[in-house]
Amino acid sequence: MTEFKYSIDSDGVAIISWDVPNKTMNVMSLEGLNELDKHFDSALSDDKVKGIVVTSGKRDFAGGMDLNVLADMKTTQGENPALGLFNGIMQIHKLLRKIELAGMNPKTKKGAKPVAAAITGTAAGIGLELPLACHRIFAIDNEKSKIGLPEILVGIFPGAGGTTRLVRKLGAMNAAPFLLEGKMLSPSKMKLAGIIDELTDKNDLLSRAKAWVLNATDADCIKPWDDKSYKMPGGEPYHPNGYMTFAGASVMVNSKTQGAFPAAKALLSAVYEGAQVPFETALKIEARWFTKILMNPSSESMIRSLFINKEALEKGAVRPKDIPNQKVEKIGIIGAGMMGAGISYVSALAGIKVVLLDMKEEDAQKGKSHAENLLNIGVKRKKIDEKKKSVVLDLITPTTKFEDLKDCDLIVEAVFEDPAVKAEVTKKVEAIIDKNCIFASNTSTLPITSLASASKRPEQFIGIHFFSPVDRMLLVEIIKGSVTGDMAVAKALDYVRQIKKTPIVVNDARFFYANRCIIPYVNEGAMMVSEGITPASIENAAKQLGFPLGPLQLTDETSIDLGVKIIKATRAAMGNEYPEKNGDEVSFKLFEEGRLGRKTNAGFYDYDEKGKRTYLWNGLNETWPVKKHQPKFEEIKNRLMLSQVLEAVKAFEEGVLEDIREGDVGAILGWGFAPWSGGPFGWVDMVGIQNVVNMCNTLSVSEGQRFAAPQILLDMAKNNETFYGKFIKNKNAA
Amino acid sequence: MLDAYIYDTVRTPRGKGKKDGTLHEVTAVGLSSRILNELAKRNNLSGHAVEDVIWGNVTQIGEQGACLARSAVLGSDLDESIPGVSINRFCASGLEAVNMAANQVRGGAGDAFIAGGVESMSRVPMGTDGGAIAIDPELTMKNYVVPQGISADIIATKFGFSRDDCDAYAVESQNRAALAEAENRFSKSRISLKDQNGIPILAKDEMIRKTDMQSLGSLRPSFKDMGEVMPGFDKIGIMRYPELEKINHVHHAGNSSGIADGSAAILIGTEEYGKKYNLKPRAKFKATSRIGTDPTIMLTGPIPATERVLKSAGMEIGDIDLFEVNEAFASVVLRFMQAFDADHNKINVNGGAIAMGHPLGATGAIILSTLLDEMERSDRETGLATLCIGSGMGAATIIERV
Repeated sequence: MTEFKYSIDSDGVAIISWDVPNKTMNVMSLEGLNELDKHFDSALSDDKVKGIVVTSGKRDFAGGMDLNVLADMKTTQGENPALGLFNGIMQIHKLLRKIELAGMNPKTKKGAKPVAAAITGTAAGIGLELPLACHRIFAIDNEKSKIGLPEILVGIFPGAGGTTRLVRKLGAMNAAPFLLEGKMLSPSKMKLAGIIDELTDKNDLLSRAKAWVLNATDADCIKPWDDKSYKMPGGEPYHPNGYMTFAGASVMVNSKTQGAFPAAKALLSAVYEGAQVPFETALKIEARWFTKILMNPSSESMIRSLFINKEALEKGAVRPKDIPNQKVEKIGIIGAGMMGAGISYVSALAGIKVVLLDMKEEDAQKGKSHAENLLNIGVKRKKIDEKKKSVVLDLITPTTKFEDLKDCDLIVEAVFEDPAVKAEVTKKVEAIIDKNCIFASNTSTLPITSLASASKRPEQFIGIHFFSPVDRMLLVEIIKGSVTGDMAVAKALDYVRQIKKTPIVVNDARFFYANRCIIPYVNEGAMMVSEGITPASIENAAKQLGFPLGPLQLTDETSIDLGVKIIKATRAAMGNEYPEKNGDEVSFKLFEEGRLGRKTNAGFYDYDEKGKRTYLWNGLNETWPVKKHQPKFEEIKNRLMLSQVLEAVKAFEEGVLEDIREGDVGAILGWGFAPWSGGPFGWVDMVGIQNVVNMCNTLSVSEGQRFAAPQILLDMAKNNETFYGKFIKNKNAA
Repeated sequence: MLDAYIYDTVRTPRGKGKKDGTLHEVTAVGLSSRILNELAKRNNLSGHAVEDVIWGNVTQIGEQGACLARSAVLGSDLDESIPGVSINRFCASGLEAVNMAANQVRGGAGDAFIAGGVESMSRVPMGTDGGAIAIDPELTMKNYVVPQGISADIIATKFGFSRDDCDAYAVESQNRAALAEAENRFSKSRISLKDQNGIPILAKDEMIRKTDMQSLGSLRPSFKDMGEVMPGFDKIGIMRYPELEKINHVHHAGNSSGIADGSAAILIGTEEYGKKYNLKPRAKFKATSRIGTDPTIMLTGPIPATERVLKSAGMEIGDIDLFEVNEAFASVVLRFMQAFDADHNKINVNGGAIAMGHPLGATGAIILSTLLDEMERSDRETGLATLCIGSGMGAATIIERV
């Protein structure tokens, strides 16, 4: 199979064109690396060749490295995967360095063959690292193309020289947003940043690159870092300015990641150590740290959940087979409150016709205005233009008339969380809609099966649970009632794909999946307050675990009255089974005090007059004095972690979750569950099931049965199993 | 084991460690060699009179680089057969030099040593020697490294010292130093520093000033911006001390030690040595200690260092008549007193570095000199000197009069 095509034109320019067969996007494979190496050997040794242009035969340049490359490298040195990785990475460095030096005489610095990269469209990861090794980078000026090094977002860092070259090109400070945040920008913005050299029209790309190659001088082919007079922009670590940059960088990376993301640390070490040595030594250092991070279980878990399995779910890994595409043409949304309005917006944005129904004309209109406001922000930020805005807005038809729902092929009901109200809406809607139309409820608390009892055709009734704010939250939970059919599931999944969110499909049970895990977490926080544990320790423990919000802050955001409502409902539903030990008194006290959270500018936290959160409320200490003997910080962390993880495990054990991949991806995207862990199941595997069982045993003695290890964990511990080893058979996912 | 004795202590006055400080014109070698000359002259030292000069010095770069100790010996009237070794234990370097000398004497590795140190902070600014501890990610992240000022503020927050507590301590330090100066209590060790013509340059510690709660109250906290804004060290401190929600920034120029220039030297030897040179021993070393602590809170080292030195001496805190606890920051001394429930009337009775400055490499030897002078003046038997140390260490020494 040929992945790089090689040709020499009449002017003596070798064109190496990346074009992986049967793929829409180029990814780098081992085969590709070998071919690239071979082509460069040919071009460099062929006297007819005056220069080289590396480009792509596709609309985009490249999406990155095929993860199998790394997986394969691990196996080359038998029992020493780290050595296999290190050697393999050094091979890549050798190739890119060959491209960069291009036959230059090391003494005279002359005689290199000019090499230009001609980037056709999007270029990510190795797709930018390869151009960075070339002498000049051309890119087609297209705002839709995205160029950058996104590795950090999946728990690794640019390890094919991207880290070392970018820092040497821009300096540590200016390279930081690209390396530490994985920023992907359009070609024009990348030119402003100094990463791309020249922008071209679509038709000029190759001719401009060729012309440069033919006219380039020896000096044009010396990379700054291969020049004797090179000084790192912004200063090396022990240059006075550089010292300040590096001192600050450590602090910012450590505080932002709360120490929970090993990739950011390793990246920074590669940059710091690499900045003090000659270029090729720096590449070796980069390779050592890259190997270290690839060997880290956290990176493996992150890649698995945030890259492989997220994509698998988006591509329909759990979709019922043999059902044709159920693309939504026209959606009917009942209830134009926050949720309904948000769902209207994301649907219209995806090009779906929206009928937005509410009881009152003005409320329906208000729902549409919500979309308009969001679109205005988009226009202001130059994300969309006025034309796109009006196209989207025109798709939304606010109404009060149920007849307008007639042609809809999907209904999403987002009315008040009251079974009676929902039942009435169901009946009214079903009287109008077509027999094939699917009816979905966006409930967060009510069981789908019981809501479906109001339906004439419960097999077409399903839950589609959005998270708030709808436009920003990436996850959608699809809930199957006891008789929900495959057609409804396919419809919901295809709809979620249309609006570019990530779906998980779960079975019907109290609080479904996400809320089932979050509620015990916030309860645990409240319980610890009532026990006299320092509130700051509770919040900081959550942060150090990598949760976006501590349990107390999260309660303030979602509001205390909602918490009280859930407590009361759960008590009623569980009766005698309701756990005796709980933190309900804390919620009730705050409720009585009128401290309902952010919306009342008072909750667990105080807020200033502008609504900015300040510090934890002193009243907490007055009501529940901080006890003298505080538990170990690890114990607080374990309680917060296990409160969620055990629910996830139980949800899987009970069959609410059918696939652990959904449990992991859903947890990270849905409520920001410690991304470094790859999700609750990834966390269990990483910590080791026996260790988790031991934690459970300790905590169930001191804290109660809620921490008792579920049977599935006990069984798996006995057999020395892992979740991903036992339940997922996929080489890439391991 | 032999006993080690202190025969003499000498120090320069402390100058303001800035370009407008009186000692700014004197090189670090100049400060060192003049203090070595004074010690040699007072004790009639000649030839290979001591085994070594152990010299504390923190910022070993520029004119303080390349083994300043040897340069100091060569720049002085001491015989060239006396070598010299520069040592760096940050703020306790001067005391560590003394402890090393005392322990070498006790172990029989030499009859006598000169130990002390120097720092010209005005000429070689603190921090200009770089160092991996603040920027190497492998160190900084694992150890939650923050600057000393943040550490001092963490101590204040964690152990409950308010801005007023710290300011009141600082006012007292100034008042005590002023009284000590008025009563001429420093004259035994402190010399008037003169130029090459014998013309006096500085005779007294120049940083003592009249102050009160009100004037200190107007000073801005020094570490608030770096803690809360750029680059945000407080978050790092809180990662290590998660029971804190925020850090109270209580320290400022007025309740922290002053940046200073100065030098001090102590002559340490065996009993036999004293007889040989006809010198009278002033005090005996009971015990020395050094210890590492959590680098984030960094400056609580005097507490375990004191516990350790007491244990080694077979003593209890109540056996100590007088303390010198280096006033790096007000909270350091306040925490020391809190931890040992110690009487402020026994601690830093003649003021300290908040009033008179902290020339890093010299301070350890200066406070031991001040301690011994005061033990003799007020007729007390046993004294303890201790200092907190950068990146989380502590050192202490117990001496008793003979």
